[in-house]
Amino acid sequence: MFRFLLTRLLTFIPTFIGVTLISFSFIRLLPGDPIVVMAGERGLTEERYQELMQQFGFDRPFLVQYWDYLTGVLQGDLGDSFVTKRPVWDEFFALFPATLELSICAMIFAVSLGLPAGVIAAVNRGKFFDRALMSTALIGYSMPIFWWALLLIIVFSGNLGWTPVSGRISLLYYFDDVTGFMLIDSLLSGQKGAFASAVHHLVLPTIVLGTIPLAVIARQTRSAMLEVLSEDYVRTARAKGLAPMRVNGLHALRNALIPVVTVIGLSVGTLLAGAILTETIFSWPGIGKWMVDSIFRRDYPVVQGGLLLVAVMVMIVNLLVDVLYGLINPRIRKG
Amino acid sequence: MTDVIAAIPEENIERPSRLREFWTYFKENRGAVIGLYVFAFFVLVAILADVLAPYPPNEQFRQHLLQPPFWQEGGTTEFLLGTDAVGRDMLSRLLHGARYSFFIGLVVVVIATLGGVMTGLIAGFAGGWVDTVIMRLMDIMLAFPSLLLALVLVAILGPSLLNAMIAIAIVLQPHYVRLTRASVMTELTKDYVTSARVVGAGKARLMFKTVLPNCMSPILVQAALSFSTAILDVAALGFLGMGAQPPTPEWGTMLAEAREFILRAWWVVTFPGLAILITVLAINLLGDGLRDALDPKLKRS
Repeated sequence: MFRFLLTRLLTFIPTFIGVTLISFSFIRLLPGDPIVVMAGERGLTEERYQELMQQFGFDRPFLVQYWDYLTGVLQGDLGDSFVTKRPVWDEFFALFPATLELSICAMIFAVSLGLPAGVIAAVNRGKFFDRALMSTALIGYSMPIFWWALLLIIVFSGNLGWTPVSGRISLLYYFDDVTGFMLIDSLLSGQKGAFASAVHHLVLPTIVLGTIPLAVIARQTRSAMLEVLSEDYVRTARAKGLAPMRVNGLHALRNALIPVVTVIGLSVGTLLAGAILTETIFSWPGIGKWMVDSIFRRDYPVVQGGLLLVAVMVMIVNLLVDVLYGLINPRIRKG
Repeated sequence: MTDVIAAIPEENIERPSRLREFWTYFKENRGAVIGLYVFAFFVLVAILADVLAPYPPNEQFRQHLLQPPFWQEGGTTEFLLGTDAVGRDMLSRLLHGARYSFFIGLVVVVIATLGGVMTGLIAGFAGGWVDTVIMRLMDIMLAFPSLLLALVLVAILGPSLLNAMIAIAIVLQPHYVRLTRASVMTELTKDYVTSARVVGAGKARLMFKTVLPNCMSPILVQAALSFSTAILDVAALGFLGMGAQPPTPEWGTMLAEAREFILRAWWVVTFPGLAILITVLAINLLGDGLRDALDPKLKRS
């Protein structure tokens, strides 16, 4: 086990260096001189330009700049935003809870509907329920979620007037961040209606972001269940006369969960990609919208730092899933 | 047992042709056949868009701004699916959009497949440090969420349809590389490869004539599935303003232009998205059927 952990950790290092190299060099390739962009409309004199070039170190060789960047990153310094002048690190962690809250809700939505749907489909294999559920799952899987978001807005915000169109909470309420999670903070604030408002704002983005994971989980659960249901120990359990609920739930589902958990873990990247679209449409102040805005504003340090942080996050989650999987399934460790 | 074998008529003993065999399995899957029909219809529309569309896609009718579809009050049969905010015929734009989407899918899949399969072949055959470097590189690319990576690539290359297609093709590479490498590695251990080597087949012949044809099934399935990914992702980039630029009648870009009218004119939002959904759904059905028919191990699961 120790060897397995060590080899997995060792592959983490070159990948990390590669990720820093990519996010660093991307920014050097972007069109437009960053200093000219930073100066904005006012423009600047030649002298000032040279001074800034020196200050930011853009006049030094590529590799020297990269080395400085890398040592900075390892000390937690990702540079400052051109626009807000605040450290990228601070901005990221100010916005991160919003994305995390939305992602957790989307995942809860996807798992709580996807798991039962997959189990029901597998148990009723080939029958009406199976077909209906799997057709729905395929539609969900093929869904352009930016359109799905607009449709939901038309129906629930436009026609029915049930849900707001954007933001995390109504402007009527104001309270300080405690945890950064709107659902928790609104409860802590004790203001009447604040929690309900937060929930209202969260419903549509959750559905939109959770749709594709929901479809993937339902499909994955079904095929994992089908595999397990044909195993000998399930037949034995049936032969012993255990109730179908007990066989399906306890014996089969528990063993089918292993690949499903992997899929859930690995969909973090998908979730973040989905967050880009979802947050943009619902003006959700999280990482996805922040990245898109910075790309449009050519706020290079933010794009660079954001890319790096997002990639490192995906890498860490993948590593955790791998290690967990190795813990559960000894065959992986040897391989 | 012997009785059963003897009972089989003479002509059935010969193995049916590969295509025939494939079709037998494929047509068993009703969803896949429906997907195939819808996809064929989509291709037909893409080819005949100029003939089918009642108007040129960018012609503006100033008297008919935001006119609803013909069955709704205020709509006319002149514009069957209504008009958009600047008076362009929705139906004509949608039909021409099929042409863009088909073209997008085709180009992206060709670039991604060619590049990915070549890289995968090299990684699988070379082994050693070349293999390690290539696979690490793919790991690095996979660490970035694909849409985010594509978005940054487009920002570097400049927003346009072509650049969006290149970006998506690049982002899709790692999947092809991993898939090809894995199949190459399994094939390389088989006897027929060894015998080809013994006979004296060169590296190039081994790669392209001996091994590659036997790795084609998973690559074909991946190609079918990434056709739909390409359409979806390029539409998403168009929606974010980083893909095709207005007034191109690309479905994602049409949705981006329609966003401000969502509460006033449902048709400008509904139809382009529906077109994307139906096309992607048909291709995914087709891809699932292809996988089941090509890979007997996964059949009927």
